[in-house]
Amino acid sequence: MSKSNLTRRGLLKTSAVAGAGVALPTIFTASSASAFTNEPTGSTVTLGFNVPQSGPYADEGADELRAYELAVEHLNGGGDGGMMNTFSSKALQGNGIMGKKVEYVTGDTQTKSDAARASAKSMIEKDGAIMITGGSSSGVAVAVQALCQEAGVIFMAGLTHSNDTTGKDKRANGFRHFFNSYMSGAALAPVLANAYGTDRKAYHLTADYNWGYTTEEAIRASTEAMGWETVAAVKTPLTQTDFSSYIAPVLQSGADTLVLNHYGGNMVNSLTNAVQFGLRDKQVNGKDFQIIVPLYSRLMARGAGENVKGIFGSTNWHWSLTDEGSKTFVKSFGEKYGFPPSQAAHTCYVQTLLYADAVERAGSFQPCAVAEALEGFEFDGLGNGPTLYRAEDHQCFKDVLVVKGKENPTSEFDLLEIVEVTPAEQVTYAPDHPQFSGGALGSCNNGA
Amino acid sequence: MDAIILQILNGLDKGSAYALIALGLTLIFGTLGVVNFAHGALFMIGAFCAVTLSRILSLSHQVIDETRTDFLGNPLKVDVPYIYGWFGEATGQAIIDWSVPLSLLFAIPVMILIGVAMERGLIKHFYKRPHADQILVTFGLAIVLQEIIKYYYGANPIPTPAPEAFTGSFDFGAAIGMEANQIIYPYWRLVYFAFAAVIIGAVFAFLQFTTFGMVVRAGMADRETVGLLGINIDRRFTIMFGIAAAVAGLAGVMYTPINSPNYHMGMDFLVLSFVVVVVGGMGSLPGAVLAGFLLGILESFASMKEVIDLIPGINQIIIYLVAIIILLTRPRGLMGRKGVMED
Repeated sequence: MSKSNLTRRGLLKTSAVAGAGVALPTIFTASSASAFTNEPTGSTVTLGFNVPQSGPYADEGADELRAYELAVEHLNGGGDGGMMNTFSSKALQGNGIMGKKVEYVTGDTQTKSDAARASAKSMIEKDGAIMITGGSSSGVAVAVQALCQEAGVIFMAGLTHSNDTTGKDKRANGFRHFFNSYMSGAALAPVLANAYGTDRKAYHLTADYNWGYTTEEAIRASTEAMGWETVAAVKTPLTQTDFSSYIAPVLQSGADTLVLNHYGGNMVNSLTNAVQFGLRDKQVNGKDFQIIVPLYSRLMARGAGENVKGIFGSTNWHWSLTDEGSKTFVKSFGEKYGFPPSQAAHTCYVQTLLYADAVERAGSFQPCAVAEALEGFEFDGLGNGPTLYRAEDHQCFKDVLVVKGKENPTSEFDLLEIVEVTPAEQVTYAPDHPQFSGGALGSCNNGA
Repeated sequence: MDAIILQILNGLDKGSAYALIALGLTLIFGTLGVVNFAHGALFMIGAFCAVTLSRILSLSHQVIDETRTDFLGNPLKVDVPYIYGWFGEATGQAIIDWSVPLSLLFAIPVMILIGVAMERGLIKHFYKRPHADQILVTFGLAIVLQEIIKYYYGANPIPTPAPEAFTGSFDFGAAIGMEANQIIYPYWRLVYFAFAAVIIGAVFAFLQFTTFGMVVRAGMADRETVGLLGINIDRRFTIMFGIAAAVAGLAGVMYTPINSPNYHMGMDFLVLSFVVVVVGGMGSLPGAVLAGFLLGILESFASMKEVIDLIPGINQIIIYLVAIIILLTRPRGLMGRKGVMED
């Protein structure tokens, strides 16, 4: 048995010396140069909105940009203040962020990782952006998040649904408000069991990239847990436009349910093709054949037209929600632009407000202070009910919407109806859940 | 066995689109000697002719429905197409429903006009320039055209459904006495295949049995001699460019119900269509059609789960792999003529 000579006094002494040693470099740098990347010194602060302005997701990017412009207007005291009025935190006063007027620059991600990194880099280095936000793809989000970590700025992710963004690729400087593949699976499974029973044979078609894999994994895990069998899972190239050769063998496989782990143009085309093949009119194993789209987007649903009718999926937010936050946001956005906001617009608007609020609460633009203010932050009034920004992985935990393609839409925006609001606790998982394992937040970076 | 029949059927409609685009490409290459990288854009513009006509037919005035509300809680403004007022609701609906087939009539003059304008306005200046210049300028033109379309129609796909009568699928299996649901095939894809066959047949007949076609074929073989005979071959070639544009455009119109059109659909088809032309043999019309169907069917087979399990990723490279093998064994392609692009 070993004997320790550690005393209380000795421990205090050692800690004090070690603490001074660790603090030393900061003491010097703080007084000699800016303490962190792009520290705002004038009367303005610049945010960087990195959204797809060209390429296949340009329409989604345009909606994100509208939301950002609205958020900036509200932060600077313009308009009706939007969700700042319903937000549970009252730190924002409509006088910019910490009294500095909010300005912004935009970048075009083109939904390509390298282009998105280049535009984010340019906004940080040339335009002095203190925070980068936006995007419509998980590949882009993961790439830009890593760049922001290196550069020492905060990244508030836009639309990114892959588990990896706050799983194996999570970073201390990155934060995601949007939900993820696991949550889609956890929210959808009970609704599917209820609607279609627990004895189903599912056939997965999966987009051959990061988001597709995590979505397939999540949906398989949750549907298999309730008794469904996965008869096949086929990966489809991201560039595929005609899915007929993938859809034609589905009926031959004996499957009675088709899960389309596709997003954007892939989803529009695969769903259209599946409906063309008449799958939904068929009976297999004595049951009506069904199609499921795990991640719905209203903008994408528009492309698939009538084909979305009656098809289940999940979504982060929908303009038909009736809570005060959602109603206020829809009113602000609708009156400014003439149509309701998309879920991409919602998450981007909320992320901007959350960032600004965290700065106010931290009393500093310093990324590590902002990160600390966001970690473990609980809030309400931003459209998804009570929400937690979990400290362990920087993922928001909130209610998830299960939606269905509407049978009788009243307009081109009225395509989805909310079937169930799945409570946050039902979609919450442990930070070390196997679907999210393999990465670490690391420590936050102030840059400079 | 049924899986094989199914994939052959699948390959036929994909092959139809490849064949129609490749046919136009070969016509232009054979007559004008131009490698036209903007040909995919013509296919895309054809598809947007269908979108445009469908929008024209659906032009509406708003009627306020007090019983319902919009997303802001105001009385709902319901769009009522003008066409309902002119022809009655039932007929109006039927006309809108049939907008894709009707677009064929709309697209023919539009596409010929665009084709002729493209040839006279830009491409004729590049006849004597190297192929690399032609490729660069036509590729640039393709990008300009697709950006124009994106500006006016947005980046998202636009649903353009087939007439109600053609929705659903035909059960081939049940028809030939097999188990039901084993070989099903959408009606519209059958229509597409039949349409492609008619167009291909018409182009061949036109070239084979008309004086105009005879002059064009002679011009393809020896442009100089035909010119020396006092025939204005340039004018005929311009018309052929218009016809090739129309073929691509019509292929695009009929393709819209298969996949909702978007601004980059032309690029998706372009590269594959070039491979089709090269495999078929530069300048050979029957070669283009044959290779179109062949590669369409092979692509379908390569996307079968059993094949992917055996050779992962084969579905993404099969066309290029076959192209390499064919070009190694038959350098002029399947039906290539001696002397084309060999000087």
